[in-house]
Amino acid sequence: MPIEFLIFLTVFTPALVGGLNLIFNKKPNVRDTVTLLGALITFYFSLNIFLSFDGQATQYKLATIMPGIDISFHIEPLGIIFSLLASGLWILTHIYAIGYMRGAKEKNHSRFFFFFSVSIASVMGISFSGNLFTLFLFYEILTLITFPLVSHKGSTEALRGARVYLSILLGTSIGLQLLGIIWIYFSVGTLDFVKGGILNGSFGSLELILLVGLFAFGIGKAALFPFHRWLPAAMVAPTPVSALLHAVAVVKAGVFTVLKVGVYIFGVESLSVSGATDWLTWLACFSILFASLIAMTKDNLKARLAYSTISQLAYVVLAFSLANSLGVLGGALQIVTHAFGKITLFMCAGSIYVATKKTNISNMQGLGRVMPITFLSFLIGAISIIGLPPMSGSWAKWFLILSSLEADKQFVVLVLLISSLLNIAYLLPLVAKGFYLNPIDQTETKSFKEPSALVWLPPAITASISFLLFFYVGYIRDFMINFGLVSLGN
Amino acid sequence: MASEIKQGTLELVNHLPILQVITPMLIAPILVVLNNKTLSWLLSFVGALACLFISILLIQAVSDGSILTYYLGGWVPPIGIEYRIDAVSAILLFLISIISAIVLIFSYSSLHAEIPEEKHTLFYSCFLLCLTGLLGVVATADIFNVFVFLEISSLSTYVLVAQGAFLDRRALSASFNYLIMGTIGATFFVIGIGYIYMATGSLNMMDIAERVNQFGDNRTIQAGFAFIVVGMGLKLAMVPLHVWLPNAYTFAPTVVTCFLAATATKVALYVLIRFVFSVFNYEDIFVNELFFLLLMPLAVIAMIAASVIAIFKQNLKKLLAYSSLAQIGYMLLGLSLMSQKGLASSLVHMVNHGFTKAALFMSLGAFMLNTKNVYIKSLSGLGKSMPFTSAAFVIGGLSLIGVPGTAGFISKWLLLEAALETGYWLVAILIIASSLFAVIYVWKIIEVLYFSESSESYNEVSVLTLMPIWILALFCIFLGINTSLTVDVAIMATEILFK
Repeated sequence: MPIEFLIFLTVFTPALVGGLNLIFNKKPNVRDTVTLLGALITFYFSLNIFLSFDGQATQYKLATIMPGIDISFHIEPLGIIFSLLASGLWILTHIYAIGYMRGAKEKNHSRFFFFFSVSIASVMGISFSGNLFTLFLFYEILTLITFPLVSHKGSTEALRGARVYLSILLGTSIGLQLLGIIWIYFSVGTLDFVKGGILNGSFGSLELILLVGLFAFGIGKAALFPFHRWLPAAMVAPTPVSALLHAVAVVKAGVFTVLKVGVYIFGVESLSVSGATDWLTWLACFSILFASLIAMTKDNLKARLAYSTISQLAYVVLAFSLANSLGVLGGALQIVTHAFGKITLFMCAGSIYVATKKTNISNMQGLGRVMPITFLSFLIGAISIIGLPPMSGSWAKWFLILSSLEADKQFVVLVLLISSLLNIAYLLPLVAKGFYLNPIDQTETKSFKEPSALVWLPPAITASISFLLFFYVGYIRDFMINFGLVSLGN
Repeated sequence: MASEIKQGTLELVNHLPILQVITPMLIAPILVVLNNKTLSWLLSFVGALACLFISILLIQAVSDGSILTYYLGGWVPPIGIEYRIDAVSAILLFLISIISAIVLIFSYSSLHAEIPEEKHTLFYSCFLLCLTGLLGVVATADIFNVFVFLEISSLSTYVLVAQGAFLDRRALSASFNYLIMGTIGATFFVIGIGYIYMATGSLNMMDIAERVNQFGDNRTIQAGFAFIVVGMGLKLAMVPLHVWLPNAYTFAPTVVTCFLAATATKVALYVLIRFVFSVFNYEDIFVNELFFLLLMPLAVIAMIAASVIAIFKQNLKKLLAYSSLAQIGYMLLGLSLMSQKGLASSLVHMVNHGFTKAALFMSLGAFMLNTKNVYIKSLSGLGKSMPFTSAAFVIGGLSLIGVPGTAGFISKWLLLEAALETGYWLVAILIIASSLFAVIYVWKIIEVLYFSESSESYNEVSVLTLMPIWILALFCIFLGINTSLTVDVAIMATEILFK
């Protein structure tokens, strides 16, 4: 199959599935099966793109909006990794969402699954965008499409959270990112993604710093301090949304954009020569520690995970700011490994909620004994986030540390180590309390049991993948090196 | 009879400029004679369709950069009146005709809810006269003729606005206000024309343009220009001469509001553009200073202040009216940058905003058919009971914000590019700030539509009402993806103007 056709299908299939969701509104079983099939097909298509990718960076033009501004797609290693990740996890999250939405008795399932599928379509669009304009287009669609998901419950609290979500994401993207894009277009005359960057010295050193700022803050989905408030606010959404969208799709779309802009617009080499990202390294480090510290104060499990996500996203921004090949590799690995780790944690939080209706960590004492699978999955996910072997998360940290040494910024190593310690401090107590402490209310706790397999199985699978990736991470590394995304000295 | 550049024959294309204007004018009295409400709707609609057809033929004729002229009565200018169609006027003629046709479809179902049936015939003939006036202003190349057509359209507009009085008596004072302000504007305009005639002895645009160059720094001409700017400033609702607009838009019948919001102010802006580029010398220091020192700050103030005011409005028609003021600020800003890109952005935004605002006002009108008022609270939960109208409103709202993929994004992009090109960084940032305000006031409405519980349930409006709304909404998307109709023609137009 010609590759442009495949790209079209990967973007189109989830959108079509969204439409079918509305048509099969009255038949939940048919609807959910169709969506599952759609998710599998989407994954199959992105797998095909991966297999037929030959390293050629061709632009596939879909439409020309104005002279010089096209909707176009291209294929490159980062996008392939991201699309595989998002479509693969969509399958698992969908299974989980069926169990969760029914188990937690949420309303308006069809609307929920419609927006869910369409948001995956825009994520696919983001991963294969061939220029900044197309990326921006799908980025904005993703923001708007996920709004109804965040406000799904319709309560005042949900609306308030969704409003924060929308205003920060739209505000930063229109206020800063769009300005950056137009500035680049105005100075360079093109917006295409080209390896090694397109700026070619048309920006002075001070202007370059400003431009980096416009993108680092303008890509609000990367949740860099001080534009991180939307992430905890979005946690009012049902857990599958938090799991897929706010641990994988939305936030990863943000940091993916950061990396992509770094590699294909700024160019890693020219960034590291100019030193325009030095300030960003400091800010990312601050964001890492700051969010971890706040996470420790949160008793609500989802809020704690949200702050943990902010901290972990800053790792990718850090990778961008280090501006070397190792950093890009570390950033890409962080995107993948954190996705598996964090989705596990979120899904576990969701299954605890479905089984017990508990949301606060202090109430979860002793639950591990009645829900052992959930708590074990949580433990594995947590270790991966912390970055300890034998979980895949450790590799991301490994390359980030190497990268910061290469960039001659030793203090970053220290920050990464402290951050790992903080991660231990806020993630592991839940597991410890779950297994070792006696329940507050013995009789009530005895009545709890693991929710249906639809709910506990997906996190168990993602946790296992987290573990398996530890051994196969070399493939991702080789993939990126072979196709010239990163070039390591040796 | 007719003579023109392509050698006068009776070929249809040579007569298009006059047919464009005269078609609605001839139908208007027929309606009064027939005095039948269904028939008058049908005839007006046919007339509007004919105008649309003619305007499309005109766009085709001038899209290669040529200019069509027509000498009224065969009198050669500067003695006689000349009609002159180039890419700039063709794009405006198309906008006016298509909006009038779409609005008329909508009026079939909405008008009886707002105006007693015995008034319908007169309403439609006023509407056609207004259409004639707007088309005439754009088509003519004679400055006194501009004044005449402007008054034809204005006078019929006052009547049309006053028709809102059957629902809300405040329409009368709104219309009176508009009458006073509009007349002052017209007076300023005609005084300006007087000065120019005094200095040059001519009323034909091309003729004046040739003579103006010989005068150099002439006080009489400068005074004339200043008068014209103020006069048109009133008509196009430039801040601070805008006070008539919010009330006129709020209390007029929905059909009228849609039509006016999409066309009337744009035509006034067109006149200003014409005078700057085709009558006066745009490189003149006086003209430039007037724009940089006076119009640009006013445009920026409109952009920001009107958007902020819109956020706090509870009456949604008023909210959109203030948003119109802000959008007029964008157009004026594009013009006052005095660059090709800036002017192109201004022209493109005229069209894009025309469709966007018409879609928004029209879907508000559809809500109003059910809820009987347009206060934000009464719309709660309509997203569920009127899904199609609400979806169209959302599309219009997104286009107003300027989300990529919609018409509004294209004009905003061009305007930002133009601002950066001329080095106005601060202005670019303010443009973005203004669109962030737009996010707030649009989202306020969307939230109420979709996420609050409704106390009453309504039925979706009829297909005939939905059709024009969706035509407009689809235009908002179409113009955001295919820009050959807007951007290409606008760039062609600026090349003609900046010759």
